[in-house]
Amino acid sequence: MSHATGIRYLKDGVLPHMWCPGCGIGIMMGAMLRAFEELGYTNRDTVVVTGIGCTGKLDDYLVTNALHTTHGRALAYATGIKAFNPKLNVVAVMGDGDSVTIGGNHFIHAARRNMDLTAIVINNFNYGMTGGQVSGTTPGGRFTSTTAWGNPERDFDICALAQVAGANYVARETPYRGWELKEAIKEGLGRKGFSLVEVFSPCPTHFGKNNEMKETRQMLHWLKEKALPAEEYNRLDKEAAEGFFPVGKLVDRHEPDFNARYEEIRQKAMAAKKG
Amino acid sequence: MRSEAKLMQGNQAIAEGAFYAGARFYAGYPITPSSEIAEECSKRMPLVGGVYMQMEDEIASMGAIIGASLAGAKSFTATSGPGFSLMQENLGLAVMGEVPCVVVDVQRAGPSTGLATKPAQADVMQIRWGRHGDQTLIALCPATVAECFSLTVTAFNFAEKFRVPVIIAPDEVVGHLRENVIIPGPGELEVIERKQPSGAPASYKPFTADADGVAPLAAYGGDYVFHVSSSMHGPEGYSNNEPANATWRVGQLHRKLEMHRDEIVITKTFDADDAEVLFIAFGATTRASRAAALELRKQGVKAGVLQLVTLWPFADREVAKLGGRAKTVVVTEMNYSGQVAGEVRRVLGSGADIRQVNSYNGQIIRPRAILKAVQ
Ligand SMILES: Cc1ncc(C[n+]2csc(CCOP(=O)(O)OP(=O)(O)O)c2C)c(N)n1
Ligand code: SF4
Repeated sequence: MSHATGIRYLKDGVLPHMWCPGCGIGIMMGAMLRAFEELGYTNRDTVVVTGIGCTGKLDDYLVTNALHTTHGRALAYATGIKAFNPKLNVVAVMGDGDSVTIGGNHFIHAARRNMDLTAIVINNFNYGMTGGQVSGTTPGGRFTSTTAWGNPERDFDICALAQVAGANYVARETPYRGWELKEAIKEGLGRKGFSLVEVFSPCPTHFGKNNEMKETRQMLHWLKEKALPAEEYNRLDKEAAEGFFPVGKLVDRHEPDFNARYEEIRQKAMAAKKG
Repeated sequence: MRSEAKLMQGNQAIAEGAFYAGARFYAGYPITPSSEIAEECSKRMPLVGGVYMQMEDEIASMGAIIGASLAGAKSFTATSGPGFSLMQENLGLAVMGEVPCVVVDVQRAGPSTGLATKPAQADVMQIRWGRHGDQTLIALCPATVAECFSLTVTAFNFAEKFRVPVIIAPDEVVGHLRENVIIPGPGELEVIERKQPSGAPASYKPFTADADGVAPLAAYGGDYVFHVSSSMHGPEGYSNNEPANATWRVGQLHRKLEMHRDEIVITKTFDADDAEVLFIAFGATTRASRAAALELRKQGVKAGVLQLVTLWPFADREVAKLGGRAKTVVVTEMNYSGQVAGEVRRVLGSGADIRQVNSYNGQIIRPRAILKAVQ
């Protein structure tokens, strides 16, 4: 059996890409494009919406429909696209700053509405594009270019946020688990309603450098060592779980999405108008 | 179909105009004095196969209407000062990405939350310059409920024809005014649809303009696959930071409106041809200025009014022509700084006798106050 490469969605002549050696964004992009291919997505029926940041640069490599938006607002744009044309496959690709720091409000509301979108979030624990500043997902105590003495704030658990906000599907993966990452994206894309795939991702250039993992392989090693499949992670007590994080499918629901609910209301309104 | 007269509110007439123009997507966030537009849309969008969404804020509202427009909808939103401020960054994307859409800013008195929700005409400069970077757009300003309707149709037409966001900027007075309006039957007013691409899909370039200065715009989901970007981009919508490309691109955003300036700049005049005293007004102050001009005519003074229906691009030529002929020009506006008076001064030069009548206390300008300026 031949394997999907996703290459049909890549623009000619754009490689090598702009991301640093050891960055996780390219691996995520590869996984996403393989998932597209396995699902039989066409360029015309697919819209990739990006925010601003290293992650947000991704649309420049693609030949699908694309909308490169403003920092933090990708999901708002994606919402308008999907609400007006429910047939489109709409994917929002964002960094952690984009999705849950400046754009946190749109994130929780897109999940609450259960918009039929897939959000793919590269969480590299800092702002890559602008030089490694602190983010809403930088763990407490960690060092960034704007937390020279350690981060006094706590970090968001993006998956938990999506879960309580109402997402139908939530998974966390890492670039080390390339196949699982592709599978998670595929399942998220296939799921009606809001799906989130969070990708814990190395940014050796900034987060790694500032936190004693400056070799490109060190962050990847850290992600390899500390990722535990959710069932395994959930069996551990708090103390044993310290420093580890769960990966794999974390939320699995089938609630009706916004478009389905809106259609229901529309039918009701039409019937009332006629009657 | 027979045209019928209806008593309606300015905001309602705006919603009516939007449906007449074929609007099928509304996203907004409630704010007085604009909310009636949202309420009307929430009732009617589902009945015409459209979508109404109340978003989490005005930033999202602006993003959502741009997204929907690129999916093929005629889309719009309505707000007032604080919400309009929040929309600026994404409004800039609509300019940069040449995305047709309409934004209604029912002006209320600031600064900040200000005199919520009393009338003002203080967003004139924000409408023009509120976003970072050099950019341009169209703004229309109704003075009557009938104009609320007809200018909304015009706004959608301009947005579609020139691929540009169009602002409709009534003040609270006009937004909440009730007057009789005759709603034309379908087909009586022209309704324009955006130009579609027609060549081979593989050769479609969403930013290569035709001879009319405007590029055709496909919709996501059709045969034409395309990219739109907030970043500086080439003809195909992919990032391009080359100086020559940026020169072409920024110029193009301006040129397409400059080319069609005469069609876009709408003014109305009342007894202005022989006017020695010329009132320049827009929105609600047009009404008081007309009353003042009529009173002066009774007294034997040749007075008239130039109404700026299009606020931006500014009516330089019309102001120069009529203002140049008049002995005295009086600009009436509900703001402190004389946002339009400054433009008039730029056009007529500092030697002209230009007087200002301003109010910035949430009260409308009355004819009496205007008359005082010329006595
Ligand atoms: C409104 C606004 N504020 C700030 C910026 C500057 N900026 C660009 S990207 C970015 C952060 C990027 O971090 P993230 O979203 O995590 O993506 P990454 O670069 O790490 O992939 C910031 C602050 C901007 N473009 N727009
Ligand atoms: S700065 Fe960090 S996030 Fe950006 S490309 Fe480099 S490694 Fe990736």
